[in-house]
Amino acid sequence: MVKITYIEFDGKRNVVDVPANSTVMEGARDNNIRGIEADCGGACACSTCHIYVDPDWVDKLPKKDPVEEEMLDFALGCDALRSRLACQIRIKKSLEGLIVELPEKQI
Amino acid sequence: MKHIVVVGAGQAGSSLVFKLRALGHTGKITLIGEEADLPYQRPPLSKSYLLGEMARERLYLRPQASYDQNNITLCLGQRVTAVDPTTQTVQLKQTSLKYDELVFTTGSRPARLPAAMGGDLRRVYYVRTLADIDAMSAEFLTGRKVLIVGGGYIGLEAAAVAARKGLNVTVVEAADRILQRVAAPETSDFFRSLHQSNGVEVLEGTGLAELQGDEQVTQALMTDGQKIDVDFVVVGVGIKPNSEIAREAGLDVNNGICTDAFGKASVQNVWAAGDCASFPYMGTRIRLESVPHAIEHAETVATNILGGNTEYIAKPWFWSDQYDVKLQIAGLNSGFSNVVRRNGAKEGSVSHWYFLADRLLAVDAMNAPSDYMIGKKLIESGKSPCPSQIENPKILLKDLLREIA
Ligand SMILES: Cc1cc2nc3c(=O)[nH]c(=O)nc-3n(C[C@H](O)[C@H](O)[C@H](O)COP(=O)(O)OP(=O)(O)OC[C@H]3O[C@@H](n4cnc5c(N)ncnc54)[C@H](O)[C@@H]3O)c2cc1C
Repeated sequence: MVKITYIEFDGKRNVVDVPANSTVMEGARDNNIRGIEADCGGACACSTCHIYVDPDWVDKLPKKDPVEEEMLDFALGCDALRSRLACQIRIKKSLEGLIVELPEKQI
Repeated sequence: MKHIVVVGAGQAGSSLVFKLRALGHTGKITLIGEEADLPYQRPPLSKSYLLGEMARERLYLRPQASYDQNNITLCLGQRVTAVDPTTQTVQLKQTSLKYDELVFTTGSRPARLPAAMGGDLRRVYYVRTLADIDAMSAEFLTGRKVLIVGGGYIGLEAAAVAARKGLNVTVVEAADRILQRVAAPETSDFFRSLHQSNGVEVLEGTGLAELQGDEQVTQALMTDGQKIDVDFVVVGVGIKPNSEIAREAGLDVNNGICTDAFGKASVQNVWAAGDCASFPYMGTRIRLESVPHAIEHAETVATNILGGNTEYIAKPWFWSDQYDVKLQIAGLNSGFSNVVRRNGAKEGSVSHWYFLADRLLAVDAMNAPSDYMIGKKLIESGKSPCPSQIENPKILLKDLLREIA
């Protein structure tokens, strides 16, 4: 298990344990965290699991692939630096302590 | 407080019950499903799960704890056998339940090959449930010969997995071309060459006449007389809505359980959503088979059960993953008169834009996520770009969006 902090749009902090090999999206979904929809279930097809990564973590995450990059471009309130699709971030030990913020709305 | 009973614990059923709670319903909610597993997502079944790249637990839409925390009674492994709308009762094998509001989210099932065509032979598989995939996945061994019957998305995804795993793959499609029912010739051509370049044999305009073998399938005879040896067969020849129980209960059924624009069926206090429901759409009645539709339809019904008055306006979209190609589809292409092709900036990236005269209906985007996103926004806003703008690589699609903003 890896500890991830999800901050909802109204500031509510949720620190939850997420299993390795799942994704940041699945951690939010399985813990009833508000702010993502994840309609496609993690196929990088819908762009409804947009989150903001804490600035200190941006460089520690694997780079966006081109599909994620293009999809994100259309996310509501996209931030070139901090925005990611949560379904594309695989959970692993090195992400212990990761902090992400969720938007109020997707798309 | 109302007791809301939901029959069918799949994508639509699960979305519906959580939406009811999110909207503040405090009465009893019961979700009944025939399958033993927690509600799960089906798309990975013919993609990453069949490839062996996704663990079973990750398919579940929500963990058991979410149902418990939201006080949703799950009855899994239980089939509803009948519904009586006069007494408002749902019949299960052992017991019966009273409802105040009932929702059918019973989904659909694969059309079967008749026994006379060898459909009952062993090693003939269908692609719908986790159990179906678990039964067939041990067959996906390098060097085996598989025949895929039906060149729709499900069949082609299974073909892609089989080819990736080093099987000998043949796809047979009775229509003139693969994807004929759902896509333009341009898109069929794209996927035909994709599969052929991955070693898949694609037979089109040739039907399967019969599967042969004693007990288990060993050969397939085609309508053109050709015979091929097979180790196993995967059938993907379309689906049928699960609407029999609704019909027996006296509901109007016509290619699915008929609902009005609010998701209400033809009988008091009964609703339907997802694959099993047919609903009004732009002057006709359609049924959609996709995850986004199942979610949106179910959530609209949840709102309306609780007194909302929201019409369901479908915004169809779909995706499919085959090899390294991500296909994203926005809109519905039915009735299109012409197709315009746009080559992407990147190698292998292309999109097909369907028009009915000047009106944009749909976009198939192959490894072209931004074309998909832009097409989707244009279609949903009812705006149609000029076909010549789409074709012209010098015009940035993003600029077309700005025009509608
Ligand atoms: C292999 C595969 C790949 C797919 N890929 C994609 C894709 O990439 N993108 C996409 O958008 N869509 C895809 N789809 C379609 C999508 O999964 C369906 O449209 C969606 O699951 C429909 O949701 P539903 O709730 O209506 O039906 P289902 O998810 O099928 O759920 C219905 C449930 O009701 C149960 N049930 C039926 N009758 C009874 C009864 N009498 N009593 C109790 N329970 C009952 C069934 O057992 C089933 O579990 C795919 C489907 C399959 C099979």
